[in-house]
Amino acid sequence: MTEQESTTNEEAEELRIGAFICECGVNIAGAVDCYAVADYISTLPNVVTSVVNKYTCSDAGQAEIKNAIKDLNLNRVLVASCTPKTHEPIFRACVEEAGLNQYLFEFVNIREHCSWIHMWEKEDATRKAKELVRMGVARAALLEPLESSEVPVTDAALVIGAGVTGMQAAMDIGDMGHKVYLVEQGPSIGGKMAQLDKTFPTNDCSICILGPKMVEVARNKNIEIMSYSEVEEVDGYVGNFKVKVKHKPRYLNIDECTGCGLCTEKCPVEVPYIEFNEGIGTRKAIYTPFPQAVPLRALVDKSICIDCGACIKACERGAIDMDQKETFSELDVGVIIVTAGYDVYNPEPNHDFGFGLYDNVITTMEFERLINASGPTMGKVVRPSDVQPPKRIGFVQCVGSRDTNSNIYCSSFCCMASLKNAQLLKEKYPETEVYIMYMDMRTPFRMYEEFYNRARDMGIRFIRGRPAEVTENEDHNIIARIEDTLTNEIVNLELDLMVLSVGAVASESTETVRQILKVSKAADGFMMEAHPKLKPVDTTLDGIFIGGMTQGPKDIPYSISQGSACAARATRFLAQGKALTEGITAKVDEDICVGCGVCVPMCPFQALSVEDDKLKILTALCKGCGTCMAACPTGALEQSHFKNEQLLAQVKNVFAYGEV
Amino acid sequence: MAEEGWEPKIVAFCCNWCSYGGADTAGMGRFQQPASTRVIRVMCSGRIDPLHVFNAFLEGADAVLVTGCHIGDCHYVNGNEKTEVKYKFLEEMLQQLGLEPDRLHLNWISASEGERFANFINDVTAKVKELGPSPLKPEGVK
Repeated sequence: MTEQESTTNEEAEELRIGAFICECGVNIAGAVDCYAVADYISTLPNVVTSVVNKYTCSDAGQAEIKNAIKDLNLNRVLVASCTPKTHEPIFRACVEEAGLNQYLFEFVNIREHCSWIHMWEKEDATRKAKELVRMGVARAALLEPLESSEVPVTDAALVIGAGVTGMQAAMDIGDMGHKVYLVEQGPSIGGKMAQLDKTFPTNDCSICILGPKMVEVARNKNIEIMSYSEVEEVDGYVGNFKVKVKHKPRYLNIDECTGCGLCTEKCPVEVPYIEFNEGIGTRKAIYTPFPQAVPLRALVDKSICIDCGACIKACERGAIDMDQKETFSELDVGVIIVTAGYDVYNPEPNHDFGFGLYDNVITTMEFERLINASGPTMGKVVRPSDVQPPKRIGFVQCVGSRDTNSNIYCSSFCCMASLKNAQLLKEKYPETEVYIMYMDMRTPFRMYEEFYNRARDMGIRFIRGRPAEVTENEDHNIIARIEDTLTNEIVNLELDLMVLSVGAVASESTETVRQILKVSKAADGFMMEAHPKLKPVDTTLDGIFIGGMTQGPKDIPYSISQGSACAARATRFLAQGKALTEGITAKVDEDICVGCGVCVPMCPFQALSVEDDKLKILTALCKGCGTCMAACPTGALEQSHFKNEQLLAQVKNVFAYGEV
Repeated sequence: MAEEGWEPKIVAFCCNWCSYGGADTAGMGRFQQPASTRVIRVMCSGRIDPLHVFNAFLEGADAVLVTGCHIGDCHYVNGNEKTEVKYKFLEEMLQQLGLEPDRLHLNWISASEGERFANFINDVTAKVKELGPSPLKPEGVK
C-alpha cells in the first residue's frame, strides 16, 4: 500500500486539516492581519495547525507544508493566499510530493478577492479573510481524493495563422521533429509583414528577409501548409484535439498550377487590389497574391469572375477548375498555437483626421504599399488626388491608439513605423518636408532610440501635438491646424499628403478563432494570456497557446520571440507524449438515478446517454462543467470536487452566529 | 430599516473561467469594493443549482449573485444559456418568497472585466444597503 492510499483510508477516522495563511510580503499582510486569521482558524473543528508564512509559495513555504503533512499526519491542506488561477497547480504538486492526493488541497483567495480590494479597511478585510478561510476549512473537510488520468498526446501541432509569428512557431516545432499543420486563411503565408516596405530599426527590405523564411517553411518536411483554409471546429482537450479545417476553393488545381501568370495576363476583369495593396493598384479576377507568395499559385475571385473562359484557354497545364468545391480535412493534433494576427485600425467610419473625406489623407499601410519597390507604383510616392509626388508630408501618430474614443492602449509599433517611413522619404526624396505630429515618441529596445535620433538628424520635423482640425483647400492640400504643445504656438500646417499612423485592433477572423477555441478575451479585444508576466503565451486552456499580435500589439522581433516561445511551450507536450487531465467529472449514483434523461440534453459534449433506464457517463468526453447535475431532479448526479455538500458547506460558512 | 453601520452579506457564485477571473482582475487593478461579498467558485455557471441560491438565502444572504461568461463565450459551449433558463425560474421563486428583486442578480463578466466586476459589487451592495437585511435572515446571524 502506498503512502497516498494509507492517507486516504485514514481520513474516515480523523480529519486533520493544516491551514497556511500567506502574507505575500505586504500584498496580503498590508490589509489583512494574517496572525489574527490564523488564530481564528485554529479554533475551528478539525484544524490541527494554522500558521502564517511570509510567502507560502516560496521554497521555504512549500517545505513547511510538506513537513507538516508528514509530521502532523495532515490529510487536508488549505492555503489562503492569492488566486488558484496561477498558484493552485503549484500547491497541488507540493502536497502530492508529500504523499497527499492533490484534490485534498483547498485554495482560498485572500489577495485578489480581499486584501487588494479592501486596501484601507483593515478590520473589514481581516474579518472577511477569516470568513473566507472558514468557508475553505468547511469545504476542505468534505474533499475527496480523485485521480487525474494520463492521456496520450497526438504527436502533431496545429498553428492557426501563417504570419511571421506562426511561421516561426511552425518552423521551431518542425525542426524539433514534430508534425505541424500550418493553417492560413489567405492564399499565401507571410501575413502583414509581406506587405511592409522596410522594417525598423535596420531599414532592410521586409520581403527580402521574410521571403527566404517563407520558402524555408515550405521546404520544412514536417510542416504541411494549408493555405486559403480556415479552422471550422475544434473539439477535444490537451493532447487530443480534433480539428475540422475548411479548404476554400481556389478554382484551380494547386498541384498543376505553376504560378506562371499566363491566366492573369488574359483575364479581362480588373478590380482594385484591396487585400494586399490596400486598394491602390489593381488585380485581375484570377491572380497570384504577390510575386513572392508561398505557395506561388493563382486563385480565382468568383465574386467578380465573368466566366469568359479566357484563363482556361491560356493555362497550358489545364489547372483551372471552375467547378471546384470547398473541401474539408479532419486533423488530430496534440497542441494548438494561435497566431491569427490583427487588423490595422480603420479610421474611415469616424473620418479620423479627415480620412475618407479627403483623398490625400491615407493610412500607414497604404503608405507602405506606395513606397514599396514592388508595390503598385513601383515605389514612387505619389498622392491619390493628382498622382503627383508630394513635397510636404505629415505623419499623425496614435490614430486609433491611446484614445478614449477608440482604443486606450498603445499599439507600440507605430512610432517606430513612422520614424522609419519618414527616414525612407528623406533618403528617397531629400527635398521633401517631413513632419511627425505626436503625443509622445515611444522608442524602447535596442537601437530604437538611436533610430529616433537619426530621424532628428536627418531634418525630420517633430511637432508635439496632434491636429485639432483638418481641412482641405482647393488644391486638395491638407491643412492641419495644430498646437505645438512645446512652444504653445498654433500652426496651420499645409501638407500635400497626410499619413495616419494607425494602430492595431483585434481582427474579426481572430475573434472567430477565439470563439471556436473559447480562449478568454482581454479588455482590449485581443486574446488573453494565462498570466501577464509568468505565462505570456499560455492560455488558461491546457495545450492552447497564443503568440504575436493575437495576444496584443507588438513589433516584429517581439512577435517572433513569442512564436518561438509558443513552440517551446507547446512542444513540451509533444516531447513528453503524455498529458494529465483534470479528475473533475460527473458521477452518477445508479441506485438513485431513475433514468429520466433530463440531464442528457444538458451536456454539450454528448457524454451522457440513458441505457436500460440508467444513465451512462462517458468520462472521457466529460469536461466537468457540472451543468448536468444542476438539472438532475433526484440528486443522483454529482460533480466530483464540486459536490452539493461541498458547495453548501461553503455557503453555510459564509455566515456565523456570534463575533468572528 | 437597517441598523447603523450594517454591512450586507452577499454570496456570489462565479464560474472558474470568466467571472472568477473578473474578480481576480478587479483585485489586480485594485478596484476597491465594500467587503460585503463572498465568492464561491464553480467550474461553470451552469453548475449553479437553484438549491445553492435558496440555501444561501436561508442561511442569511442579503443578496445572491449568479455570474458567468458572456453568452457565446462559455468555456463549456453553452452552460450559461442553461443558467439563464434556471435564473428565470429563480426570479419567479424569489417573488413568491416575498424577496425584493434587487436581492438576486445575474451578470456576465469576462475574466478581463475587473472594473465591471467591482462596479457590479458596488452597485448591488448599495442597493441592498437600502433594502436592509433580508427578511429570510435567521435571527442572530452575522
